[in-house]
Amino acid sequence: MTQRYSRSGSVRPTRQGSERTVWYIMRITGLALFVLSLSHFLILHVLYDPKDQTAAFIANVRWSSLFWRANDWLFLTVVIVHAVLGIRIVAGDYLNGRSRTAVMTLFYLLGLCLFAFGTIVVATLPQPPA
Amino acid sequence: MLIRYRAREGMLAWAFHRISGVAIWVFVIFHVIDIFLSGADPGAYDTVLQIYASPIGRLAETLLGAALLYHALNGLRIIVMDFWPIFTRYHRQLWYLNWALFTIVGLPVAFVILKPIFGQ
Repeated sequence: MTQRYSRSGSVRPTRQGSERTVWYIMRITGLALFVLSLSHFLILHVLYDPKDQTAAFIANVRWSSLFWRANDWLFLTVVIVHAVLGIRIVAGDYLNGRSRTAVMTLFYLLGLCLFAFGTIVVATLPQPPA
Repeated sequence: MLIRYRAREGMLAWAFHRISGVAIWVFVIFHVIDIFLSGADPGAYDTVLQIYASPIGRLAETLLGAALLYHALNGLRIIVMDFWPIFTRYHRQLWYLNWALFTIVGLPVAFVILKPIFGQ
């Protein structure tokens, strides 16, 4: 017997529309995060130790090149999309109507705030003199 | 919840995915705030990182890594079953494969992170 549904994800919506788009976004961002988050963890928790990661380390080493700033900004963006849409699934499981809208409004705002704070610091942290 | 329903692999996979997802959410909030401090208040950032590097911080870091690795592997398992439905037949085997990879990758990583607690 083949079961045409997954054992811990949600079933792909059969009709085209925004729900189906969200379903695909969740999986595409998830795939991207498999690479982005695990490489991030490997570099900053295994190759480097947190005890050496001062603010000066961030400015002079981690964010000394545009590549790593762009990489981390992409990571931030994809994480927030995946996390907010993930909470949307959880909220959909336990809430409905106005309470769901209220909770999701809070999380959309929280996601927006995190995106703003992260973008500001990755874009404005001064580069060390060349 | 897990005891009442006599959870088996499929449900445990789902429950762990949800719990680890929410746990990572909490850390992401902390992490964006702390990295923001690296620009706004470098001294405060250095203090926070010293907390992360403390024994309790390292324990939390290991748990974070475990949540992340589980969520990543199980997420891949979900995607595989979503796009190749034949694999739903083997969802248990895939889950055990996840735990094998989790152990093989996770143990050395945990060792590296926790080693400084025992003063090397």
